[in-house]
Amino acid sequence: MSLLSVRDLTVKFAMRDQTVTALNGISFDLAKGERLGIVGESGAGKSITGFSLMNLLSRPGYIDNGQILFEGEDVVQMNDKRLRNLRGNRMAMIFQDPMVTLNPVLTIGQQMTETLMAHRKLSREEARQIAIVKLREVYIPSPEERLEQYPHELSGGMRQRIIIAIALLLDPQLIIADEPTTALDVTIQADIMELMLELCQSNQVGLILITHDLGVVSQMTERTLVMYAGRIIESGRTREIINDPQHPYTQGLINALPQQTLPGQRLKQIPGNMPGLASIPAGCAFNPRCKYATDLCRSRVPETVHYGEVEVACHEVQRLHSDEDRQEARA
Amino acid sequence: MFAYLAKRVIQAIAVMFVISLIAFAIQGNLGDPLRELVGQSVSEEVRQQLRDELGLNDSFVTQYLRFAGNALQGDLGTSYFFKEPALDVILKKLPATLELVFGATLIIVGFSVPLGVYTAIKPDTIFSRIIMGLSIIGISIPVFLTAILMIFVFSVEYGWLPSYGRGDTVHVWGYWQTNFATADGWLHIILPSFALASIMLPLFVRLIRAEMMEVLQSEYVKYAKAKGIKPWRIYFIHALKNTLLPVITVGGVQIGTMVAYTILTETVFQWPGMGFMFLEAVNRVDTPLIVAYLIVVGFIFVVTNTIVDLIYGLVNPTVNIARMGA
Repeated sequence: MSLLSVRDLTVKFAMRDQTVTALNGISFDLAKGERLGIVGESGAGKSITGFSLMNLLSRPGYIDNGQILFEGEDVVQMNDKRLRNLRGNRMAMIFQDPMVTLNPVLTIGQQMTETLMAHRKLSREEARQIAIVKLREVYIPSPEERLEQYPHELSGGMRQRIIIAIALLLDPQLIIADEPTTALDVTIQADIMELMLELCQSNQVGLILITHDLGVVSQMTERTLVMYAGRIIESGRTREIINDPQHPYTQGLINALPQQTLPGQRLKQIPGNMPGLASIPAGCAFNPRCKYATDLCRSRVPETVHYGEVEVACHEVQRLHSDEDRQEARA
Repeated sequence: MFAYLAKRVIQAIAVMFVISLIAFAIQGNLGDPLRELVGQSVSEEVRQQLRDELGLNDSFVTQYLRFAGNALQGDLGTSYFFKEPALDVILKKLPATLELVFGATLIIVGFSVPLGVYTAIKPDTIFSRIIMGLSIIGISIPVFLTAILMIFVFSVEYGWLPSYGRGDTVHVWGYWQTNFATADGWLHIILPSFALASIMLPLFVRLIRAEMMEVLQSEYVKYAKAKGIKPWRIYFIHALKNTLLPVITVGGVQIGTMVAYTILTETVFQWPGMGFMFLEAVNRVDTPLIVAYLIVVGFIFVVTNTIVDLIYGLVNPTVNIARMGA
């Protein structure tokens, strides 16, 4: 049985004059200890997916439909008490910007022990000891002193390590990391990613890594979902998706990587922008930016089909594959 | 720490200098002191002679330096009406005013925090809407009107609470008589305290609500939820502490302002404090007393603000007092 099974998840935002759909019936599974990447541009619905899994959407967002089965229990149907038991305990989250994630007026120690004591009957001293052990695991030097410090006394990289330590405090089954290194220095990014990979592997923790960095996804994850305008448009083994992308959007993302361009040449961008939630075009949401778009693409939302090694939602994937177009697209 | 304190003290001295200058300038322009002293039956020559003796013909600077020198030694002049040192007159009235301000502060702190937090957490409930509506009314109605209204309702109509004076007070130390030792004293201080709090309380409810709502949107509150922390702990440990930082800053200034507001409250309730005394001094053109009052109130302002800054440093870990000013 899979650890996490999301079925037909639909998330809406009730705006003043209209209700917009941010996630449109997404489904995926995650096995125990599996590492899954969710990629896409800003506004694709990656972070909303992450927050939905913990039922942490704040108004005006809400889960309109669907199931999120975690260890067999539907997160959508949980009451507040069950949700508190889930959050931080069985499922932990790492936020994007470590500079604003920790509370500025509470010490690191307070923020760690309160998490432990919220879920287990522990004395303050016992909680402190566990916190010290976890800080060691993320290579924080002299953890006893860190516990007495406030967030502003620590660097961004150090803070993100502490947030990783907090995520690991209660040995969760799943960690959701929402762009955990976007706000950090490039040199520190690699360290943090390596640390997360090491800890997830050694503790058999499942990981959902939300990012727009395909390089990171290829290093860190076994499977990948590509999202566009609130839908999963391609999913499969990470290796397949990186090496042989089927959806024109995924191809565009990979072609846009600087490594795909010779020095001195212009980077290959995908023309246009991701549509806003209120103005998602009819049919395939990607059609205005897609050079293969047909009338069918402009009128009907494509079904997800099995193609080669991956699942892909594109009307033209057959033609793309057989035509020389594909050669051109990959060049 | 020492460097920071020294810096604050120097700032305080500068402010006091400006206040004393303004107060002294007022003194020279509030009518002729001789008329208050000797009346009309004294001849012009005697008046000139008295002017010379009193130093009233000296230059402004000479007169100010003399005034400042005396003030530094605790001599703020002699009240024309009481024929006593002005500072003594004020110090006798000071405890009554401070107790009134203390009572109002208790009310403000006791009510504004729970009401502000509640209206921030549950902004859509009927109770929150009523509180927010009342707060607008509270801010809009002047203190003296609120006070008169309270006297009308609680003293005249229902007769629950006394409408004037301090009632039974108990002598504590020096000039200090306290209201908080007898039941009668407590009853007497209730209405004036509420009247004095009537403007600041709604202001603080709204301030705490606004700050709290902003803090509740922050990433660290979301993160606390994601850690499975109980709501009361999120509200009162994670959010409230951050909410109170700006509130403390505003609060310090407002305590000083409240001392000034006591003029209205004390007058309506015949409260024998220095606000009431000040109004009487103005009526009697008791210039030395007016000047002394301005300086004492200015001093209270400066002291409370300095203390509040120090408290802020203790509450906010990102302000390191030990290193500030170094």
